[in-house]
Amino acid sequence: MAILMDSTVDPAAPDPRSGPSEQKTGREPGRRRGHLARVDAAYGYAFIAPAVIGFVVFVALPIAGVFVFSVQDYNSLSGRSDFVGMENYERLLASDVFGTVLRNTAVFSAFVIPANLVIGLVLAVLVNQRIRAIAIFRAAFFVPVVISLVAWSLVWEVMLQDSGGLNGWLAMIGIDGPNWLADPEWAMTSIIFVQVLKGVGVSMILFLAALQEVPVELIEAARIDGAKPRQVFRSVILPLITPTVMMVAILATINSLKAFAQVFLLTEGGPGLSTSILGYFIYEQAFKAFQVGFASTAAVFLFLIVLLLTLLQWWSRRRWVFNES
Amino acid sequence: MSRELTTAAVVAPVDARGRRRARRARTGGPDRRTRLGAIGMYVLLTLVALPFVFPVYWMFSTGLKTYGDVFENPPVLWPEDPKWGNYLVPFTSGPFLQQFLNSIYIASITTIGVLAVASLAGYAFARIQFRGRSVLFVVLLSALLIPPEVTIIPLFRIVSAFGWIDSHLSLIVPAVFGVPAVLGVFLMRQFFLALPAELEQAGRVDGLGRFGLFARIALPLAKAPLAALAILTFLNSWNDFLEPLVFLRTQELWTVPIALQSFTDPITGTPIWNVQMAATTLSVIPVLAVFFVAQRQFVQGIAGTGIK
Repeated sequence: MAILMDSTVDPAAPDPRSGPSEQKTGREPGRRRGHLARVDAAYGYAFIAPAVIGFVVFVALPIAGVFVFSVQDYNSLSGRSDFVGMENYERLLASDVFGTVLRNTAVFSAFVIPANLVIGLVLAVLVNQRIRAIAIFRAAFFVPVVISLVAWSLVWEVMLQDSGGLNGWLAMIGIDGPNWLADPEWAMTSIIFVQVLKGVGVSMILFLAALQEVPVELIEAARIDGAKPRQVFRSVILPLITPTVMMVAILATINSLKAFAQVFLLTEGGPGLSTSILGYFIYEQAFKAFQVGFASTAAVFLFLIVLLLTLLQWWSRRRWVFNES
Repeated sequence: MSRELTTAAVVAPVDARGRRRARRARTGGPDRRTRLGAIGMYVLLTLVALPFVFPVYWMFSTGLKTYGDVFENPPVLWPEDPKWGNYLVPFTSGPFLQQFLNSIYIASITTIGVLAVASLAGYAFARIQFRGRSVLFVVLLSALLIPPEVTIIPLFRIVSAFGWIDSHLSLIVPAVFGVPAVLGVFLMRQFFLALPAELEQAGRVDGLGRFGLFARIALPLAKAPLAALAILTFLNSWNDFLEPLVFLRTQELWTVPIALQSFTDPITGTPIWNVQMAATTLSVIPVLAVFFVAQRQFVQGIAGTGIK
């Protein structure tokens, strides 16, 4: 890095040509270096231009757009948009449906995020053993990650039918399973289950990488001091892997908030509204009910929730995440 | 177990040997307890792994059943008379081959585009000094936090303004320059940051310009992260669901995930389960095949976005 700085001169530094001493001792090199730094910076801007322009058009503009649409009423027949002020917000906040959707989203995330942390860590500990063929098991837990969410949801749709595989096997051990996807008591549980199985492999791999970076000497030192395995885990390993705990929590939060396909494929938000979460609700309102303004307002809420949670997690980071420096 | 022994051996070798001898005497055989423990561990691992891998088998075997056998009780693990023909039905009854090819070419073009956009920008963010570099990078990264449902409605308008509704451009262009590219920028920057500066200085001496340094020196060294990024991008494009669902209309233009959920009875709307599972299996096989061949790149690509 230091060498790089040397060859490229900080653009914020005063122009070397302006100094009289510079002019005497090395005017030509000074000018050349300033020139080079500018040319280099121009290359920098050119190199990032495609990504930055793409970001503006396909990310920033849509985010701004969703705020604009949320104060409009779009008529799909005339194709006209009328300004309606906060009307969509009032309608949305007054509707029982949206309250239920928010509650469902909270329940969904409240189970998916801790499940990713706990199960991910347990799996990582399980596959962090030096035993033969452990790589096969690591790969096994990763299989749902690589196959598509659609394929994963569809096969679980088959297995979770009333007379699908799962209840058949449960009957063999004397359990009378519910109609998983059609029972309002169980539909959300099923969606959460399918989501966690699909993604927990990533959490496992992240935790595994973190566990393998914990210095062996520290664990040994604690053991010699008489710490039991559980104490070693709690007091030595866990504090050291808090950055990964943070990472997994953020990833699981984002993934739980953008869940859509599994709801669309397994329950379509039902039965009733029992599995309608925000991501699905936005799609349904925008592309099935054609309530563009209303759906955009819900999308604004989703955006604000993501923003809030991200800020909260970054703020809380200082309080509990171990920092090496 | 082995780690505990080595620890003890380092600290007090004599004591460790003595303890081991004592244990052997107690259990009446060498490592019998360890072996039993190992078997128990494998049983446990297998049980835990079951819900992760068994569905893939169930996908495959359901694809071989008759429609009536799908919900047979007790469940049929392997049909007596496997209907291999089910695996041909998607191709004969609809444009599944066309949809498969659509997915392959969309994912391929998207991948090539993302590699180009991401390696250029990732390189610049790591190795070139320019004003606003770190701010721009953080702003770009924020794209990774936004759920696609937030932006899908305005994106639909933008895509229709370009005239791309019901065209594959609606899937390719926003991916090449949008969120998947940002993911790539992040991955490539991580790699280029670690590149020794001496290499570029040598290139400078040889008279290479900035683009030469990037294309002739940095990029050839980046094969590993490029491979990981390629696999990740291809996989994400192959698996995309929301965007093709919203942007594509014509059946012949659909991608595989949209096609899979369309194997339904035209009158009742219920899925034709066995054919659907056959098609789903076909869609999963190439991905799993590549996964088992290039496991390391897969894991690096997917986990690399999380590891700092």
